Amino acid sequence: MSGSLDVARIKKDFPILDRVTHDHRLVYLDSANSSQKPRAVIEAMEHFTEHSYANIHRAVYEIAEEATAAYEGGREAMRRFINAPSSREVIFTKNATEAINLVAYSWARHNLGEGDAILLTEMEHHANFVPWLVLREEKGVELRFIGLTEGGQLDLTDLDRLIDGVSLVAVAGISNVLGTINPVRQLADAAHDAGALLLVDGAQYTPHMATDVQALGCDFYAWTGHKMLGPSGIGGLWAREELLDAMPAFLTGGEMIRDVRLDGWTPNELPWKFEAGTPPIVEAVGLRAAVEYLEGLGMDAVREHDVELTGYALRTLTERHGDKITIHGPSEPAARGGVISFVYENVHPHDLSQVLDQSGVCVRAGHHCAKPLMRRLGVGATARASVYVYNDEADVDALNESLDEADRLFAI
Amino acid sequence: MPGLEDLYREIILDHYRNPRNRGELDAPPALRVEGFNPLCGDEVVVYLDVADDGSVNDIKISGQGCSISQSSASMMSSAVKGKSAEEARALIRAFKAMMSIHEQRLDGSEEEDPIQAEPDVKLGDLEALQGVVKFPVRIKCATLSWNTLAQGLDEAAADAPTA
Repeated sequence: MSGSLDVARIKKDFPILDRVTHDHRLVYLDSANSSQKPRAVIEAMEHFTEHSYANIHRAVYEIAEEATAAYEGGREAMRRFINAPSSREVIFTKNATEAINLVAYSWARHNLGEGDAILLTEMEHHANFVPWLVLREEKGVELRFIGLTEGGQLDLTDLDRLIDGVSLVAVAGISNVLGTINPVRQLADAAHDAGALLLVDGAQYTPHMATDVQALGCDFYAWTGHKMLGPSGIGGLWAREELLDAMPAFLTGGEMIRDVRLDGWTPNELPWKFEAGTPPIVEAVGLRAAVEYLEGLGMDAVREHDVELTGYALRTLTERHGDKITIHGPSEPAARGGVISFVYENVHPHDLSQVLDQSGVCVRAGHHCAKPLMRRLGVGATARASVYVYNDEADVDALNESLDEADRLFAI
Repeated sequence: MPGLEDLYREIILDHYRNPRNRGELDAPPALRVEGFNPLCGDEVVVYLDVADDGSVNDIKISGQGCSISQSSASMMSSAVKGKSAEEARALIRAFKAMMSIHEQRLDGSEEEDPIQAEPDVKLGDLEALQGVVKFPVRIKCATLSWNTLAQGLDEAAADAPTA
């Protein structure tokens, strides 16, 4: 295989890929849902837990200092990975959803009300819909939506009118259903020209693209660890320091305060002002190992691999299944991430997923937490195969073969 | 294919490909009841023409979903059409017992409040859906239309003229 990544070697780094399911090797094609973890991540978390675990920023004994350094090391790794100017701007949350809620509850509730507007897109994940729907209910903020073209791209023909007067634009870097890579820089410039801020939901972007929040030109950037080879339970928000300084605290309690008195409290400085309670300490250690693993592969090579393998999948799925398969999203691999949503004639996505499972092939079926997009596409559910660094052409071949099985089983 | 023959029995696939009582009734006078599975997006709409004595004169099914939810709805409609309210409710109890006895085993709570099976009720073709219990996440697909029917019968009873 001509490839930018040595996938045969990479597969050996992921212990779960050795397991057998229903008498078949595991063919994991659901990384857009959650990625698998390399041994380096598993061992880093285990080693830390066995040798240095303690709570952070509280105690003066040796292992507590080691734990604090390890946790902050995770933050520094993530700062580097998204090219944030300062680690003071890198807030840990439990996932991207919480990061977007942080912006909705802190920045938006503090700054927006009736007469203000937010611009979203029709392809957002529920995580970048529901916090704003709630805000509309509570504060009377207007919501506007960028529609889609037939090819699964954002329809920007009416952008000037839509963006006029909005205070915030919130958009996915990459669609979790269509795979569409959105023109974040263009939207950032348009938002800033209109006097608005730009929030990017980077849950699908950061695992697959070299991420540079400064080059993207965004103001808020949400990401999650579990889709980028890291553990579940840790994600984060990046925002410019002056924005974070002016924002009120979101979750409150221990760690996020400098002083508590009977008559009031004073928040801690950044980034801890937004990290209430004991944070995901072991997870930060795992996240650092994940970042270092991806840096070792090189994010440009990861992206190149995505394009090659997605291109192979689009080509072979179409050649082999013809009119029976309908693939949603951009047809050009260079315009999309490693996500392929499709509908198979006469086989409901749940049934498809169930039949594929018998061959060890894991794909997601359902609405992918994007029901407005499902309605726009006119489908109740799709099947979704998504690739990552440990997938190769043999995995795509296994998908193709198991689709034939499903077709035979459900043939009319 | 191996492992799946318990789930995708031929009679289930037949009801999926050729759903019985597919369509709509004018509502009102018919009752229209919607059931959703919010996790997977399956939806079933049950139209019921219920006589004053509670019997199911006619039933139609619309909606969309997987083979299990749609075939279960189709089989349900065939089983309850023309039945009295008591017979329909007994079928619902019997079907849910077939599903939930196994659900309780999965929960490990078998001893507590077991649902009584209906020994006098013949499930017939519906027994083909028994294989679903080996695939726990699909049980809610199979029970969706039955829960919707139960809701419809409750609404019909509440609306019925008091004798």
